[in-house]
Formats: sequence, structure tokens, C-alpha cells
Amino acid sequence: MENENPGEVFVAFDRVQKSYDGEELVVKDLNLAISKGEFLTMLGPSGSGKTTCLMMLAGFETATYGDILLDGKAINNIPPHKRGIGMVFQNYALFPHMTIGENLAFPLEVRGIDKSEREAKVMNALSMVQMESFAGRRPAQLSGGQQQRVALARALVFEPELVLMDEPLGALDKNLREQMQYEIKHLHDQLGITVVYVTHDQTEALTMSDRIAVFDDGRIQQLASPADLYERPENAFVAQFIGENNKMKGKIESKDGDIVTVRLDDGSAVQSLAISAHETDEKTTLSLRPERVFVVKEGQSFSNCFDAKVEELIYLGDHIRSRLSVCGRNDFIMKVPNSSDNHSMRKGQSIRIGWSEQDCRALDAS
Amino acid sequence: MTQIDGTPNGSDNDHKVNGQMVTVDGTPLKASLKRAERKRTLIAFLLVAPLLTYLLISFIFPIGQMMWRSVDNPQLVSVLPKTLEALQDWDGEGIPDEPVFEALAQELTVASANRTIGRVAVRLNYEISAARGALMRTSRSAEDMEPPYKEAFLDAHRLWNETEFYRIIKREGRPLTASYYVAAFDGTYNEDGEIVMQDENRRIYIDLFIRTFSMSLGITLLTLLLGFPISFLMASLPMRKANLLMIFVLLPFWTSLLVRTTSWIVLLQQQGVINELLIFLGVIGEDGRLGMIYNMTGTIIAMTHILLPFMVLPLYSVMKTIPPSYVRAAKSLGATPWTAFWRIYVPQTLPGIGAGAVLVFIISIGYYITPALVGGQSGQMISNLIAYHMQTSLNWGLAAALGSVLLISVLILYWVYNRLVGADSLKLG
Ligand SMILES: Nc1ncnc2c1ncn2[C@@H]1O[C@H](COP(=O)(O)OP(=O)(O)OP(=O)(O)O)[C@@H](O)[C@H]1O
Ligand SMILES: [Mg+2]
Repeated sequence: MENENPGEVFVAFDRVQKSYDGEELVVKDLNLAISKGEFLTMLGPSGSGKTTCLMMLAGFETATYGDILLDGKAINNIPPHKRGIGMVFQNYALFPHMTIGENLAFPLEVRGIDKSEREAKVMNALSMVQMESFAGRRPAQLSGGQQQRVALARALVFEPELVLMDEPLGALDKNLREQMQYEIKHLHDQLGITVVYVTHDQTEALTMSDRIAVFDDGRIQQLASPADLYERPENAFVAQFIGENNKMKGKIESKDGDIVTVRLDDGSAVQSLAISAHETDEKTTLSLRPERVFVVKEGQSFSNCFDAKVEELIYLGDHIRSRLSVCGRNDFIMKVPNSSDNHSMRKGQSIRIGWSEQDCRALDAS
Repeated sequence: MTQIDGTPNGSDNDHKVNGQMVTVDGTPLKASLKRAERKRTLIAFLLVAPLLTYLLISFIFPIGQMMWRSVDNPQLVSVLPKTLEALQDWDGEGIPDEPVFEALAQELTVASANRTIGRVAVRLNYEISAARGALMRTSRSAEDMEPPYKEAFLDAHRLWNETEFYRIIKREGRPLTASYYVAAFDGTYNEDGEIVMQDENRRIYIDLFIRTFSMSLGITLLTLLLGFPISFLMASLPMRKANLLMIFVLLPFWTSLLVRTTSWIVLLQQQGVINELLIFLGVIGEDGRLGMIYNMTGTIIAMTHILLPFMVLPLYSVMKTIPPSYVRAAKSLGATPWTAFWRIYVPQTLPGIGAGAVLVFIISIGYYITPALVGGQSGQMISNLIAYHMQTSLNWGLAAALGSVLLISVLILYWVYNRLVGADSLKLG
């Protein structure tokens, strides 16, 4: 994976801050290094500053403090049209008064490329997204998915090394979105471009990215590969934001190497991996993925075992989602694989559940 | 209109009689659909009926009236029918024969008695000056005339000795006339009854039409030049500031036309604020005072001000709908700010430019009050002359013809605009 062997740094944010109104920082101390050829996704809730970061990179907003470096050079004072960065906008921004062909030829035209070469490049770019036959149409005559493809082709036609995409698939339905995710990823691999991608859809981020930067409140909460982000969230926000998560609040009672014993609010003690909370008496939030909780069968043993009562069962085909009351809380979720021996669970039944201390992470208290 | 699909597939309501779709109670589907449609049409009609009636009474009917007046020519036909009939045999050369004068004497006597002669006299006076005097004088003495009438007429007034006069009477002795239109285009009839241009020094209307159109064009361009940047600014400002600016733009709408015009006079006249200021600053000398009012400049300045909102409003409303992402996209694709503006932004404002320009142009073509107040001689427009003919010379036929020419040229211009930018407004980009 890219981050394990970082290539040369291509884009760097160096202590970047941004404020629109001079009162509130929308981006607070952003440090981020993106390698050449990387697919980096900025993921975060609405208003967390993702678009702002992208706009600063593209040159449409200026950083209030700090440097943005492209290929080692500070670009703060370079106007957008000289940055040579391709960009796909959320609403596509295809020029409505031009045909698809003219839209694609536009970046080549302003670069003074002559007509025959222009046409060849336009057709080449259109064929990348299987839209050759639409060159003569206007944007209004295309479906959303087709417009999206054209916007992608237009951002790529002048062969930029860096392409920014701000929620490019936000307006598409689920099927089309999945198909386009695949196509964008494919183009990225094929062309070797660097992509900075913004989304607030975590599935999209997980399936497409080399690395994901999780944004919240103007800061990067965690920057990691999709697997790391899911398996090893470093703080409670990330654990909560990516995937489903059982949150349990408590206090650290004792520590033994990596493992801490946490006393929950109802008095039960849980063995857990110490991640960002280590000190005895420190408050912590335990994070536990629902699929890492098991029904304890005879002869099995877990470092954490508790009696639970089944409150609700939801049949989801490949697995059964059950809501349990355990350790003094009744919103505990367990995902049970749909195997024949798990069918016997009934609502109201008392069962015994357990999980490994390696799957339970003691994070910050928030 | 949407066609309702009459085949609900496989539902219990699927009724068919003789291969025809019917509703549950057995009426044919088509008929019941039509009934529902008819009700909707009726409601729609009732909703617009008041406006339609109002427009009919206040707009369509008067315009029809005006256009009718520009060709209507009832005076001679109604007062001198026998004379006109007798004139049919006249070959147009020399002086007509006795029967014409006999009929004339008879009809003039009647017309003089019931005072219809005035209408004929005024009508003929449009065509040839002195006709009014000739007819009024002759009609008073017609009662006492003795045969041979021809001699009596020839003695009564010098006009009766001119072949031209009889030609005019014969020509205008038809219920419809083209002579108002001929006059509106500075034409006249020569001895052979052909339409020719007036003498150079008697031409008024064509020049005035040209002046009206070029002034309107100039005003349109000025409003565009002044209105585009302000609309652009307003479209990019936050709502609150944009509204404040909008108030300044709309101020002309909120002050009375007379107040505004008067303040222009105060500002622009020879002894006005601007001239005094320029003299004070030493830009011009005491004898170099600028004439900025009571001439074309005054009309253009004042009308540009008054019509500016008509340009700004459509421009602003179009610009507000253009998301900033287009220009951003253009820049990210490598276009300089100017290229992005000119190639991407401006073409998208074309519908607004078109709407604003057509509005301003059409309004200024027919503008009356401002040129009348601040236009002086050289700032008069065609509508001022139309008003003159309606109020002073009372030549309503000519006024109607001039008005119709104006109306028709506006319609033609609108048609041309529609052909060029209307349907396909984006092509011009
Ligand atoms: N032009 C602007 N002027 C003032 N404040 C702005 C401007 N643009 C964004 N903001 C503020 O900056 C913050 C971050 O906005 P940004 O658009 O970067 O969020 P985002 O992460 O892209 O959110 P979303 O997922 O909803 O697109 C928000 O609180 C927003 O209100
Ligand atoms: Mg955003």
C-alpha cells in the first residue's frame, strides 16, 4: 500500500490555516503530504472543511496562513489557471453553451494546441470514458451519469498530473455511483495521476482510496489506509464515523502492557487494547465493532464474557443484526453471521456473548 | 398535454366494451377524459377572462382603431358622392366638364348648410395647402351659383383652375387611402399620380425615424455598458449588499418622472451645476458652456438613466442563476480570467442581454415625455411628432400612420431578434 512506502511528496499542505471571516478557523493547522500517483480521499462530515482545502489547492481560495506546495514549490501566489490542476466539480460545471466536443477542446484551445491535435486528444479522452458518440451533443442532452463522465474526461484531457474531485458522484444513484467509482479508480491506475478526492460517503472512500484523511472540525483526525482506518481507529470520532461501532464509556482501572482493564459505568470490567488512553483513572471510550462480538459456545473462552438479553433481531440476509442489553446498556449491537446454528436466537432470550481484548480499543473519552 | 394511458395492466378496473376502453361506470374512456379536459379548459379560460377583456378594450381595440384610421378616408366619399361619380369620366387632363361642377355646386350647397364641408376642407388641406380656403369660400357662394357652373367655379378660387386639385379630389375620393403612409415616408404624388420622394428640404419623417432608431440603439448600448458591470457586481455580492445596490438601481422607478427630469435640467442646463463646476475647475471657459440639455445629448442622458433598470433587472436575474463554478471550471482548465469571462460567462448572460436590450430599445423607440421635456429641437423623437399631429395639427390619419409604422418596425425587429437569438440564443456564443 502506498503509505507504507511513500513515494516522492507531490502535494504538501504545511501548517495551513483558513478563515473566511477572520473570526473562526475553518481549517486548523492542516499538515498533509500526498505522494505522486496516490489516490487520497478527504472524508468527513458536512462543514468539516474538505471543499475549502480543495479550493485552496485549486487556487480559488487563499490560505490564511501556511504554505501549499506542489512538486516542492509554494503555489500560494500562482493563479488557478497556471496551476495545471484538473478539477471535477460536484455539479459537473459543463459549459452549457458548448457541445461536449467543444467543452473538451476548451482547455486545449486556451493552451494554443492546434486543431488536428486537439481533435485527436478530445476523441481519445472521450473514448476513455466511452462517450465518443456524444461529441456533438450539448450537456443538457446528457443524463447525469454521462455528464459526470464528460466532466471527468474534460478534467483529464489536458493531461494534468493532479486531479481534484469534489463529491463528483454525489448526484448519482447508487448503482451508477458504484460503477463510476470503479471507472474512476480504473482511470487512476491506468493514467498514473494523483487524485485528491472529496466525499462524505465512507463506503466510497473505503473502496477507492489508497489513503483516507478523515476530517472533522477543520483538522485531520486520522490519515491512514482504508483497512487501518477501519481496523485501527485512533480516536473515538474516527471509530464512530467509519463503520458501525459499540461505544462504551468507562475508567481505566489497571494496566498490563498493552492491555488495560476498564471499569464501565455499570461496574463491569472489560479487558481492552490501550490506544489513546493509557493512564490509570483516565476516562476512556471503548470501541468495539459489532462483527467482532460472538455468541459464546460451549468450550469457547474469551477474555471478555458477559450475559446479555436479546432485545431485537433484524434479519439482513447474510447476517443477523441483534440489539442486546449488556453491561447496563441496551443499544449494544452484535452482527451474527447467518449460519444454521445461529438461527435459534429468539427475542427476549438470554445468551452469553464474548469478545477478544485485541478487538476492543480504549480511545479518548469524548 | 399528457396522454393518459388507458390500459391499466391486469387490474380489476380493466373494462372493455367493443374494444373500446371504458370507465368503471361504462362511459367510454375517451369521452370521460374529454369531459375532464373541457372542465379544465373552461376554468383556465375563466381565470384569464378578466384580463383578456381588459386587454381587448384597452389595447387590442385601440390599436386596431389606430391602424384603421391610418387608411380610413371617409370624408370625400360621404360628402361629395355625386361629384366623385362625375369625376370618373374625367381623363385627368385639363379641367373637368360641366357635369362635375354641377354636382359639386349642388353638394357644396348641402354640405355648407349641414356644416359637413369642414371635414372635407381639412382632409383636402392635408394634400394641398389652400384647399381649405378654396372649399370654405366656394361653398358659401355655391348656393347662389348659376349655370354654367364651370365658369363660376373657375372664378371663385384660383385652385379650381389647377388640374392638380381635381386629381387630388379624384384620388382621395376612395374610402381607403395610402396617402397618410406616403406622407409618413416623406413621399408625395407627382403630376402623373406616381409616388415620389418629397423635396429634400421638406423631408421630415424618414430622418426622424432614423434618428429615433439610432438614439434608441445608443441608449440601449449605454444602458448595457452601464448595467452589465453593476449587475455582475450584484450577482456576486451577498444578498444584503446586493439588495442595497438594487435600491440604487431602482431609485428611478420610485421618483416621479417630472422630478427626475427637473433635476436633470438643474444639473445639465447652461447655467446648471455641471457647467458651473467645470468653469470653477477651469476645464471650460465662460463662453465654452456645454449644451447638455434641450438637445440630443440631454435626451440620451435622461433616457439612459430612466431606462437603466429595464436593463439591470433581466441581466441581474440571469446572472444570479449562473453558478460561480463555471468560471472556476474554466480557470481550472487553464483559461485566463479574461478568457473565462468572455468565453464562458458572457455567453451565458446572452438571454439577459437580449431581454434587456429588446426591452430598453422598444421602450425608448416610443418614448415621449423625456424628449418632449429635455430634447429641444435635435432631441425630438418620432413619438413627439405623433403627439404633435394628434394634439396640434389634428391630422390623426398621419399620426396613426406614423404610429403604425413604429409598431410594425418594432414587430419586425422583434421577429429578427427572435430569429437571431431567441430560439437559439446560445448559438451566438
Ligand atoms: N465562501 C465562504 N464564506 C464563508 N464561509 C464559508 C465559505 N465557504 C465555506 N464556508 C464555511 O466553512 C466551513 C467549511 O466549509 P466546506 O465547504 O469546506 O465544508 P465541506 O467539508 O466541504 O462540507 P460538505 O461536505 O457539506 O461539502 C463551513 O462551516 C462553511 O460554512
Ligand atoms: Mg463540500
